[in-house]
Amino acid sequence: MKILAIESSSLVASVAIVDEENVIAEYSVNHKKTHSQTLMPMLDEIVRMTETDLESIDHIAISVGPGSFTGLRIGVATAKGLGLALDKKLVAVPTLGAMAYNLCDYPGLVVSVMDARRNQVYTGIYRFEDQKPICVMDQIPMDRLELIQKVRELSGSDVYAPIFLGDGVEVIKNTLNEVDDFKARFALPHLSRQKASAVGLLAIELAKKGELVDASELKPVYLRLSQAERERLEKGQSIEV
Amino acid sequence: MSEINILGIETSCDETAAAVVVNGREVRSNIISSQIALHTLYGGVVPEIASRKHVEKINQVISAALSEASMTFDDIDAIAVTYGPGLVGALLVGVSAAKAISFARGIDLVGVHHIEGHISANYIEDKELEPPFICLVASGGHSHLVKVADYGVYEILGRTRDDAAGEAFDKVARAIGLGYPGGPKIDAVAKEGNPEAIPFPRASFKDNDYDFSFSGLKSAVLNYLNQCEMKGEEIVRADVAASFQAAVVDVLVGHTIHAVKESGLNKVALAGGVASNSCLRETMKNACEENGFSFYRPSPILCTDNAAMIAAAGYYEYMKGVRSDLTLNAIPNLKLGER
Repeated sequence: MKILAIESSSLVASVAIVDEENVIAEYSVNHKKTHSQTLMPMLDEIVRMTETDLESIDHIAISVGPGSFTGLRIGVATAKGLGLALDKKLVAVPTLGAMAYNLCDYPGLVVSVMDARRNQVYTGIYRFEDQKPICVMDQIPMDRLELIQKVRELSGSDVYAPIFLGDGVEVIKNTLNEVDDFKARFALPHLSRQKASAVGLLAIELAKKGELVDASELKPVYLRLSQAERERLEKGQSIEV
Repeated sequence: MSEINILGIETSCDETAAAVVVNGREVRSNIISSQIALHTLYGGVVPEIASRKHVEKINQVISAALSEASMTFDDIDAIAVTYGPGLVGALLVGVSAAKAISFARGIDLVGVHHIEGHISANYIEDKELEPPFICLVASGGHSHLVKVADYGVYEILGRTRDDAAGEAFDKVARAIGLGYPGGPKIDAVAKEGNPEAIPFPRASFKDNDYDFSFSGLKSAVLNYLNQCEMKGEEIVRADVAASFQAAVVDVLVGHTIHAVKESGLNKVALAGGVASNSCLRETMKNACEENGFSFYRPSPILCTDNAAMIAAAGYYEYMKGVRSDLTLNAIPNLKLGER
């Protein structure tokens, strides 16, 4: 199964072509330049460099969120356009689950964190058995102190300390100053960010389970309403038409 | 002449739209998914919500445009997509999808200026219209008086210095309790009112005969409403709407006719959402007849944001050899005539 994978949920822009055996190509850039300008030229580059016939791609994998609303939309609209033009199904890959997949050999809890501002992180908690992910807590926005408490409970009897990864690690490190007796590890930089290869490899697992989506139906997983909608709900007003 | 089929895509504000246009003039499909009902809850367009809705609708709208035109991507010579001006998050959805399709199918890509699209709606409406002509572009976000010297060649004669004409309609509609969107609502209510009931100001500038200003007019309406309330006088909504509308239309028509006379041209076109306003259409038509000018205006469906107009504008750029590459980005404040 050959997968073309796209990841643009954060500052990292990343594209990859993978199959069960290989990461055939991967191109990641973690630099301040808008994904709108980088993502398609990067994709063009890896497709040409690997002489990939787009018809040979089975599915398109997209990191659907959470993350930067604009970043997610650029990636999702790109994936939807590819799916429509090539008549291929999409695989909607949870961003934090794919990131945790970077550490699929770790024997303890793997905690993906993205800075969600307002004292929160987007987080998902995973364990791996035989390198297969088991979702312990699905991705949600969570208060940083609450997350530490949650991880403490979940990892209580573990031999290995929980390991954190993602751009929310700084938030967690700062939070650790406020709590006692909590041991944690942090992933090294080459494993600590979103990668399209991980999105693609997790997509293969999902696709095997039949988790395919029509390009027309796919949408980002924001995990948060827009500010205007939140304000209406706070006033007790409906957001449905 | 062979047929050039352009797929247009437009997501600059709150309409998700796609269309197929042949040779810049023949509309084969024109699909518009409007979000107006949703934004009415908030009294105006919420950019984040608009962007979210575009992502949900974009594929359905493009598929519908192709199937209604009885075409597939194989029949399409180029994709024309709005890349500015507009809401950046909204623009990015159309631009990203267009680039992906262009890449996946090897179809040429042409980035189009939203206002050039509005102006080009006239080419669809009137198959005989050719430049040069003077075009008044008035919408919720724009008020420009433009000399269209040739296809894709624009000279801006005047622009608004503050609010766009459509923006003034929305703000006044809100103030007199008509709600959003203001343009059509004021148009309807004004039909029952006296346009000479209240003498609202008409702004003009010494240093540029063609520039507009509508914020003073808006303030005058608000002051009038406040004064009525303080004096306990009854507010006749229809009269306020009609008098406000007359003030806007007077200035728009006056500036336009002046520009046509000075330019030595004899063709006048309207464009943009405000071009649907019945009072503006009627007044401009009469003024053109008096002066012996030809008058062009798109049907209301082509005045609203749509992708057929983007395909029409894209066609003329395409024929000139203009192409965009995969680095095409959304430019929220893109200037007319710039790339």
